[in-house]
Amino acid sequence: MSDFVHGFWPAFITAISLGGIFGCVLLLWFASKVKVNVADDGSNGHVWDEDLREMNNPMPMWWVGLFIITVIFGLSYLFLFPGLGTYAGKLGWTEIKEYEAEVAKTNAAIAPIYAKYAATSVEDLAKNEEAKGIGQRLFLNNCAQCHGSDARGSRGFPNLTDHDWLHGGSPEKIKETIVNGRIGMMPPMAGALGTEDDVKNVANYVLSLSGSMYDSGRAGAGKAKFGVCAACHGADGKGNPMIGAPNLTDNIWLHGAGEAAIIKRIHEGKVNQMPAWQTKFTPEQIHVLTAYVWGLSNK
Amino acid sequence: MQLEHAQPTTYNDKVVRQFSIMAVVWGVFGMLMGVIIAAQLVWPELNLGLPWTSFGRLRPLHTNAVIFAFGGCALFATSLYVVQRTCQTRLFCGKLASFMFWGWQAVIVAAAISLPLGYTQGKEYAELEWPIDILIAIVWISYAVVFFGTIAQRKVKHIYVANWFYGAFIIAVALLHIVNSAAIPAGYMKSYSAYAGVQDAMVQWWYGHNAVGFFLTAGFLGMMYYFVPKQAERPVYSYSLSIVHFWALIFTYMWAGPHHLHYTALPDWTQSLGMVFSLILLAPSWGGMINGIMTLSGAWHKLRTDPILRFLIVSLSFYGMSTFEGPMMAIKTVNALSHYTDWTVGHVHSGALGWVGLISMGSLYYMIPRLFGQKQMYSVKAIELHFWLATIGIVLYIAALWISGVMEGLMWRAMNADGTLAYTFVESVKAKFPYYFTRLLGGSLYLSGMLVMLWNTYKTATNGKPVVVNIPPVTAHA
Repeated sequence: MSDFVHGFWPAFITAISLGGIFGCVLLLWFASKVKVNVADDGSNGHVWDEDLREMNNPMPMWWVGLFIITVIFGLSYLFLFPGLGTYAGKLGWTEIKEYEAEVAKTNAAIAPIYAKYAATSVEDLAKNEEAKGIGQRLFLNNCAQCHGSDARGSRGFPNLTDHDWLHGGSPEKIKETIVNGRIGMMPPMAGALGTEDDVKNVANYVLSLSGSMYDSGRAGAGKAKFGVCAACHGADGKGNPMIGAPNLTDNIWLHGAGEAAIIKRIHEGKVNQMPAWQTKFTPEQIHVLTAYVWGLSNK
Repeated sequence: MQLEHAQPTTYNDKVVRQFSIMAVVWGVFGMLMGVIIAAQLVWPELNLGLPWTSFGRLRPLHTNAVIFAFGGCALFATSLYVVQRTCQTRLFCGKLASFMFWGWQAVIVAAAISLPLGYTQGKEYAELEWPIDILIAIVWISYAVVFFGTIAQRKVKHIYVANWFYGAFIIAVALLHIVNSAAIPAGYMKSYSAYAGVQDAMVQWWYGHNAVGFFLTAGFLGMMYYFVPKQAERPVYSYSLSIVHFWALIFTYMWAGPHHLHYTALPDWTQSLGMVFSLILLAPSWGGMINGIMTLSGAWHKLRTDPILRFLIVSLSFYGMSTFEGPMMAIKTVNALSHYTDWTVGHVHSGALGWVGLISMGSLYYMIPRLFGQKQMYSVKAIELHFWLATIGIVLYIAALWISGVMEGLMWRAMNADGTLAYTFVESVKAKFPYYFTRLLGGSLYLSGMLVMLWNTYKTATNGKPVVVNIPPVTAHA
């Protein structure tokens, strides 16, 4: 659908908006002036279905007054606020300006609270009860939707309370994750591994790394093919936090445990994303939040 | 062949009878769906873990069933009854009227099957997929032909005010439905909207709000303008008021849609116009309420003894209440609190249960005995019982959702000194439990009233028999 960018349209909108409002006033005026023939019984003389008649009582004045008041309010509003075509309104108000002003006001009001923590290290802040309280509230408002209110995550959403970190668990790395977000990407690998049998063998080898239930014959056969996986997950399968490749030896399965789930990942790969928060929070807020998240697994 | 040119002497009430009965049946069905999903909000386990019975699929089934099946059948029944009597002529093209009935029932059945199966266009109140949309359009055009054809061959010179409202409703709904449902089919039950982004949203709410304005308001005002003066046996209060509020209402309603999209990507100017026209809509809406209630002047005592009249008048009070509330909620600063909360749901139901529901029930109670050759319904006491069940149900329902809506709105915006939200979303959900329970109770009372009506209708219909009514001679103008 094309956009109505031609200069005619704002003028058209303005004309029918104002025309409509004045039309209402005109209608009121006309109806109060025009004389309807009134029959002896006070009706307009028409009869339908044997006994349906219409009286011609005047419109109640309070109702006419109410109508006029809403019209005056409407015209005043359209004078002050944007509404008539490209006319910006006397007040110069826009939705985005109001939003930005509110955010700036709130940020200014809360800045001193966060400023006093800015110089404290994440490790020390994680022991500060007041900062932990703020961090937890930030977490519950913004992070709990995916990671859960207990931060233990769920399938596809990492548990933040264990020591298993896809991208590193140091304060610096956690802060980096919050600021920029993360995109985890495993390509589909079945083609590179060979046949369906090879896929199943590699899956059993992967299971053997974490001491899960596995078929030892298949695992043995799969070991040779694991080289393809080792590029990211490492020869020992312990993963690589530099590229977010998960550790396959710790029996923590973000996208499901067991042979079937692993085969599915090998076939389909996986793209998983955590959004970046740098535009939502001030750096000082992220500092406090980082301390809270780091503290979850470093009591 | 000669007979064809003879003047018909009787009304065609067959289709009116069919629509009347089905209005009651679909009313029970649609309200039952509402009670089920209200219970699911209290006890989510009632979703049963099945896709077909989940809230997301049953909710559109509820709204479609009560608006288009119950409301639609009530509007068809009353409009085809009213247009014949106020034009004092037989319905134009009876065969097309029959098609209308069966076509509409097919639409409803298709909705009742396709919605639980998950087929949807994802547009509120316009969920049905394109093949069903086409059937709706065909039925609607047939309706227009039957209705306006009857008007064209009227024996009374002036067109009665009820028919203006029914006529506006028919034309506007055709326009709204066809424009908003424009889509590109991508399979026999899959399509993509013809519009994109915020324009799609605007077209949708232009439709959505006018579905309220023309389907649920103008149509039912048509009902009001016939059945209130008939049941009260009093003339309509003011002819000039009806002219002013009719034209102002149908013009202004068309603009109010953007208030559904306050504080969104919709341009500021569109939001402003939506808000301004929603406010100006207050007086035109109240014009209908005043004209209905004041029609009773000189006959107030009848409210004590006549439960049908009580249905009609209390419905007008709810109409006045919700058309006051609506413009207030369209004010941006109020909307910032009310939007996305249960307040909106409460507001809609004060209009739907209070206005649309009660006026339809009152009108059907007037019409059904006359369609079956009876003086009154089988049990007047049961009408009384229905009235109280419905009224108490509505009060419980809307009071609960007002409280819960304002509460959750305040909870969402409450902030701590450190700039975090005082409550997480799930805390606001938890806090609503008692109000959801009260809402379920109110809804169940309303449904039980409808079951009483179903029984009473069955008894009235089986005790009487379909009658053929003669067209009376046109009364000479006084």
